[in-house]
Amino acid sequence: MELAIKHRADGTRRVPPMKFALWVGLASISMMFAGFISAYIVRMAAGNWLEFELPSLFMASTMMIIMSSLTLHGAFISFRAQKEMRYKGLLVISVMLGLSFVILQYLGWMDLQSIGIDLKGNPSGAFVYMISGVHVAHVIGGIAVLVVALLHAFGLPFIVTQKRIERLDLTCQYWHYVDVLWVVLFLFLTYYR
Amino acid sequence: MADVVEDVQAQEKLIEELGYDDHFHEHHKQDKYASGFISKYVFSQDHKIIAKQFLITGMIWAIIGSAMSVIFRMQLGFPEESLTWIKPLLGKWITVDANGMGTLNPEFYYALVTMHGTIIVFFVLTAGLSGTFSNLLIPLQLGSRDMASPFLNMLSYWFFFLASIIMFTSLFLNTGPFSGGWVAYPPLSALPEASSGSKAGMTLWTMSLVFFVVSVLLGGVNYITTVLNLRTKGMSMFRMPLSIWAFFITAIIALLSFPVLVSAFLMLILDRGLGTSFFLSEIFIGGQALDHVGGSPILYQHLFWFLGHPEVYIIILPAMGLVSEVLSVHSRKPIFGYTAMVLSMMAIAFLSFLVWAHHMFMSGVNPFISSIFVIFTLIIAVPSAVKVFNWIATVYKGNIRLVTPCLFAIGFVSMFISGGLTGIFLGSSAIDIQLHDTYFVVAHFHIVMGVAAFFGMFAGIYHWYPKMYGRFMNETLGKIHFWGTMIGAYVIFWPMHYLGMAGVPRRYYKFDTFQAFADFSDMNKFITIGAIIVFGVQLIFVINFFYSIWRGKKQTTKNPWGASTLEWTTPIRPGHGNWPGKIPSVHRWAYDYSKGEREVITQIEPIGEDEKLDSH
Ligand code: HEM
Ligand SMILES: [Cu+2]
Repeated sequence: MELAIKHRADGTRRVPPMKFALWVGLASISMMFAGFISAYIVRMAAGNWLEFELPSLFMASTMMIIMSSLTLHGAFISFRAQKEMRYKGLLVISVMLGLSFVILQYLGWMDLQSIGIDLKGNPSGAFVYMISGVHVAHVIGGIAVLVVALLHAFGLPFIVTQKRIERLDLTCQYWHYVDVLWVVLFLFLTYYR
Repeated sequence: MADVVEDVQAQEKLIEELGYDDHFHEHHKQDKYASGFISKYVFSQDHKIIAKQFLITGMIWAIIGSAMSVIFRMQLGFPEESLTWIKPLLGKWITVDANGMGTLNPEFYYALVTMHGTIIVFFVLTAGLSGTFSNLLIPLQLGSRDMASPFLNMLSYWFFFLASIIMFTSLFLNTGPFSGGWVAYPPLSALPEASSGSKAGMTLWTMSLVFFVVSVLLGGVNYITTVLNLRTKGMSMFRMPLSIWAFFITAIIALLSFPVLVSAFLMLILDRGLGTSFFLSEIFIGGQALDHVGGSPILYQHLFWFLGHPEVYIIILPAMGLVSEVLSVHSRKPIFGYTAMVLSMMAIAFLSFLVWAHHMFMSGVNPFISSIFVIFTLIIAVPSAVKVFNWIATVYKGNIRLVTPCLFAIGFVSMFISGGLTGIFLGSSAIDIQLHDTYFVVAHFHIVMGVAAFFGMFAGIYHWYPKMYGRFMNETLGKIHFWGTMIGAYVIFWPMHYLGMAGVPRRYYKFDTFQAFADFSDMNKFITIGAIIVFGVQLIFVINFFYSIWRGKKQTTKNPWGASTLEWTTPIRPGHGNWPGKIPSVHRWAYDYSKGEREVITQIEPIGEDEKLDSH
């Protein structure tokens, strides 16, 4: 399906419209998290706030997702440089790292549960579950997109076209976004308790 | 009607000589957009069809939403009259006593009030207004073939459709639709046991609105991307018609504020479903203590109004943009203060994020914080006043054509002034102590938002109807529609100011236990009669609309209003891609009316040698 009319009418082309549209969409996702975070801050300022340590597994998952961003970037560069094996390999590793992020988050929630922090008690716990949970939902969306990228990588003949570069670029941008988003949320939840 | 001499050949020659050739039609030989009924009219990706889909869905919702208000007004105005006759429609929600006297079930009264608000605010005045005209006009007035992503654009409509279906379904629930007010404050909205509308009705309400937000976001991403990336050659930002500026700024506000509403809804859903306590503090229901602890319902209000206030501008800005166009075209004068208009829209957009707590003066927020919000709230009156001044200056001494769209545009200005003034009262936190949650607020926002936005929409529909259907709507019916609505709206909402000042609270089912309000029952009757008549007048519009699609006066010239903007350079019934050959290029701003000897110079004409460039 042709998604966009690609050229500005005067023939110039700066940011491809779809990339620009993605950024606009990401700005809007950021606003949702800004909503959560400001609610967190306001609620915390009101007192009656339970303090607890984030599970150390969250540290590990943070490492995973940062690494996945690096490997994915590597995959993108290799694709552009026509290095087929590197591209495919790094793409697979990125997906694995992405999946392990989700699993580690889940285990982290189990940890929280085991020290008695559950959804129902003090809102401080519920905030952590909700914020990390909604984030994971966005990561799962990202994994879905990566799987599509995998299908392209292994299903289509290896030809580097402008169109495929652009598509992979969009995928990477989204993934880097959910990565950076998590790092910000993680730092916030760690240092603002 | 306009008698501008039109030189079609000269125009087409201009497009041919100066236009930009994007080889569009070569790529689209077997046009997938135009093949088959389904892809042409149902799952269409053509922005013009999507615009009509938004419009017609919006109209259906408008009829449902306003019929609801007529029903609850009848109960409120005439509590002693029997409503048994409406039982076939409402079934068990009409209680008939032993004497055959039928009354509206109080719970359902609240449900109707809630649904009326939700439907009109979101489905009619957001989707039906901005959805329709952003889609119709952004590509046409900017000179692009379609939206940046026709596919996402189609999805945007279908998410709106899905939201509509869910909301519509909720009307038929056994426990009734949601009944806690369009703002859905917890704890009422968060506790299924709190009222019958808070059960399944509320679940469907939140689902519907989440899908609705998705629709708005998909649309908004597209509008912004299209405006920034797909303008035709020569169409610099400051040559764009004000309507496009309005849609563009609206989309930005929507994209920044609606996601915050989603976060509030998610927290509400978790409170309802998984027992979290974001918005619920220690609470007793029916003598039972619930196990929620430590939440804050005020938190919801902050999140809601952080969207809620920008939302009112999401509604009014597109109307302002349409009105600016219509007033300039029909008074045959350039818009007064174009740059000031753009800057004041930007100022309004910016300030709209800083005033939300003026809806919460009475919820126990710190009075010092209130005073900051008072200041920002009153400052927002300044750019609003600039716009009003400019509209009046545009019309002043114009060669004005009092056709229906122009009448509605003038009516818009009248309404916006009346309602804006009462906003200044409400914005002062001291006066708001008396006025909050009374009919004064109802009067304020119905005039400034409800009626004004509807007027903007009507102005747009009558004006661009030929662009949509290649025919005109009937003028006589249009004028009846205008005068009936204009007078009727004041008949309905003017008296409400007095009710409010006397302290009559909004959202009450009846006032018979309040001695102090007994005097107002005649006024309430008067308002209800007004509402019934105005509803009838809208049916004239609906009939006119559908009749004219097939039988209206045919459009014979490309540019019947003698307007300067690009949408009137397309064929009378533009096909997919809007221009059959090249895309016209733009050489001047959109408001060269009555310049020198000429009544109008379209944007596609190069600047003459004796002209100053961009004279504004
Ligand atoms: C001159 C600028 C305006 C000022 C100073 C202003 C001020 C206010 C204030 C203080 C309230 C809260 C009253 C209360 O609940 O006690 C209010 C309510 C409201 N205003 Fe305005 N307003 C202005 C313009 C507008 C515009 C342009 C719109 C819409 C297009 C609008 C729509 C609303 C709505 C919908 C409500 C009521 C919401 C509800 O409680 O259900 N206002 N306004
Ligand atoms: Cu407001």
